[in-house]
Amino acid sequence: MARKAAAAKVASSAQSNVPDFTKDEELRAYRDMLLIRRFEEKAGQMYGMGLIGGFCHLYIGQEAVVTGINMASQEGDASITGYRDHGHMLVIGMEPKGVMAELTGRGGGLSKGKGGSMHMFSNEHRFYGGNGIVGAQVSLGTGLAFAAKYRGENTVSLTYFGDGAANQGQVYESFNMAKLWNLPVVYIIENNRYAMGTSVERASAQTDFSRRGIGFGIEGEQVDGMDVRLVRDAAARAIEHARSGKGPYILEMMTYRYRGHSMSDPAKYRSKDEVSTMRAERDPIEQSKKRILDRGYGSEESLKLIETEIRAIVTEAADFATSDPEPDVSELWTDVYAEA
Amino acid sequence: MPNILMPALSPTMEEGKLAKWLVKVGDTVSPGDVLAEIETDKATMEVESVDSGTVTKILVEAGTEGVKVNTPIALVLAEGEQESEAAPKAEAAPAESEKPGPDAAAAETSMPTVNETKAPAAPRLEAAADPDLPEGVEMVEMTVRQALNEAMAEELRRDETVFVMGEEVAEYQGAYKITQGLLQEFGAKRIIDTPITEHGFAGIGVGAAFAGLRPIVEFMTWNFAMQAIDQIINSAAKQLYMSGGQVTAPIVFRGPNGAAARVAAQHSQDFSAWYSHVPGLYVIAPYSAADAKGLLKAAIRSNTPVVFLENEILYGSTGLVPKVDDYVLPIGKARIARKGKDVTIVSFSMGMRYATQATEKLVAQGVDVELIDLRTLRPMDIDTVIESVKKTGRCVTVEEGWPQGGIGAEIAAQLMEKAFDYLDAPVTRVTGKDVPMPYAANLEKLALPNVDEVIAAVNAVTYRS
Repeated sequence: MARKAAAAKVASSAQSNVPDFTKDEELRAYRDMLLIRRFEEKAGQMYGMGLIGGFCHLYIGQEAVVTGINMASQEGDASITGYRDHGHMLVIGMEPKGVMAELTGRGGGLSKGKGGSMHMFSNEHRFYGGNGIVGAQVSLGTGLAFAAKYRGENTVSLTYFGDGAANQGQVYESFNMAKLWNLPVVYIIENNRYAMGTSVERASAQTDFSRRGIGFGIEGEQVDGMDVRLVRDAAARAIEHARSGKGPYILEMMTYRYRGHSMSDPAKYRSKDEVSTMRAERDPIEQSKKRILDRGYGSEESLKLIETEIRAIVTEAADFATSDPEPDVSELWTDVYAEA
Repeated sequence: MPNILMPALSPTMEEGKLAKWLVKVGDTVSPGDVLAEIETDKATMEVESVDSGTVTKILVEAGTEGVKVNTPIALVLAEGEQESEAAPKAEAAPAESEKPGPDAAAAETSMPTVNETKAPAAPRLEAAADPDLPEGVEMVEMTVRQALNEAMAEELRRDETVFVMGEEVAEYQGAYKITQGLLQEFGAKRIIDTPITEHGFAGIGVGAAFAGLRPIVEFMTWNFAMQAIDQIINSAAKQLYMSGGQVTAPIVFRGPNGAAARVAAQHSQDFSAWYSHVPGLYVIAPYSAADAKGLLKAAIRSNTPVVFLENEILYGSTGLVPKVDDYVLPIGKARIARKGKDVTIVSFSMGMRYATQATEKLVAQGVDVELIDLRTLRPMDIDTVIESVKKTGRCVTVEEGWPQGGIGAEIAAQLMEKAFDYLDAPVTRVTGKDVPMPYAANLEKLALPNVDEVIAAVNAVTYRS
């Protein structure tokens, strides 16, 4: 019950001064979130058909988080996350075809089919994974910030992790050094309430993750991660804080995943009612859609066009990912050692 | 996508129970709507609609057990879509794609095209020979400590992206004085004292390497790197491969490895075999001062992550280092320390001290020993060892690490595979004893390999005993 009360408090306190989006911003957010949603639905379906192997962690429900953060970030900012990473790549413009083909383990995948769902990267987009070890990305992301400061670059490291990773020891080693050295890093804790099947209350002595930096002097705030406007607004503050040389900042995004932890999820640790209530009342895409219609930023017809366009992108990605050949067998031995 | 197929919850699932339908014929559905629930002995899953349309047929009734994965379970038609259009697809490929091939195969196997091709042969890594030194080059006597310090200082001067981080590397001047004077020359920006947080700063180093810097991460000893081994292996070593060749981690992890003296079990361990097991890492374990310098410089320039295993006892030992502008040695090349024809002794790092002393005694007794210093453990220069064994027919390995799965075990296996017909005696290992390191002086001495054991092993393989 404490959890529901906390969530309600965040939601209501946020209502009073919700920053508004312009028409363009709202439509961009809607489109970005919808692309992630439709892509992930497709990935889930393809997993069910055996086209995607191993692990597959879907981002459905959490779309507002990466979308809002991305809207507040600048070109050159680095990002890194754990294994629930498809949305993070799509929102920064990595090719849906390449992501989907990596999921199916094909040669045209972003990692030539050698990484899979949890391991994709892009130097061009400064995306450093895609990390399968819970919590490792926090130290790595802090290292990205270290490099930015070392070089005197004006970039920020956007380091995403979940409520589960937030209990790993190296997170606090990293917090300590990030503040000690005032590194430009924003820690984005995507609190979707469950680390696999263990609820925050059953795993965390301090369930308010925005306070986890207090011992190090790192400021933090809780954000309604289901409202993309609030995410963007908080991200703008946090990123500015980091970019201006004030050091790290923690954003705890109160979010929710509708699907299981991975594709094989017993769904016994939470009630169906809880999931359906979140979907019905808090869905980030439905919220955005309603605003678009209410404010006359678009009509049912114009939204349908967006839907059609996104469906075409996802279909193209799925087609590519199922027709592209597997990597050449010679790839078994490549990329073990760097040249020179 | 008119046909809704029985989904797999995991790659190993072959069939399941269609527990319940949440829609009926005639219902309109939108993406994300739950259509049905399926169950296996492990899990329950909701089947969601991916498209909009109308439920036209239910093909498998609720409560049916043993429904095979990818069986059509319902027909959902989009606006204006005809059943006849959909029908052929029900039997063919599962994906929207109408292309045959991998996806069709996948429906049968749950993995795309099970590959029956044999793995291609591993590429051979050809290491270059040591560089030729100019005639009459001056040789300077220095300790291994000075050699390592010079290597870092030279590379720090040469490349702004190189920096050193670790515990007590800066103001304290290094717990073992390897970084002595670096803070004074390069400043606190590049010589960075860290808190005692191996896991954290190893990860920060790897992240900085992803972003293009060249960190030298010093572990006060390799024993403490156990806290950080996940970042070394999972983040650094595997990164290039997992990213399909995109993201490198040009980082050096270095520090003293193996037993020091009387520091007991938790502070006396040889990690050579551990790291040499891991593809994606270079593992270097030098013995001489010259090799320490030339190989550390090479390690810092390498775009592959390097585990650089030093030895505390060797820090103070001296050797001759050529005085040239840029002394860089090839990674992956063994050094023949003494040429001989009777028996091959292979060792590295501290093991070379026992091996060298044993060799001196054996030569005095008339045994013509060929002594090989591996220098690099991964990639291992097994070719040099094989060529030697073809000549001598006998091989003794010497290391401080434990026997099981050790460097000697690896050499023995490779000689069995690649030089069996040349062997005149079993390959024999001299290793640390298979126990945690004891503290008591007498027991510690017994736990480590020694010169007499090397001589005994040589006598055994040459049938002199």
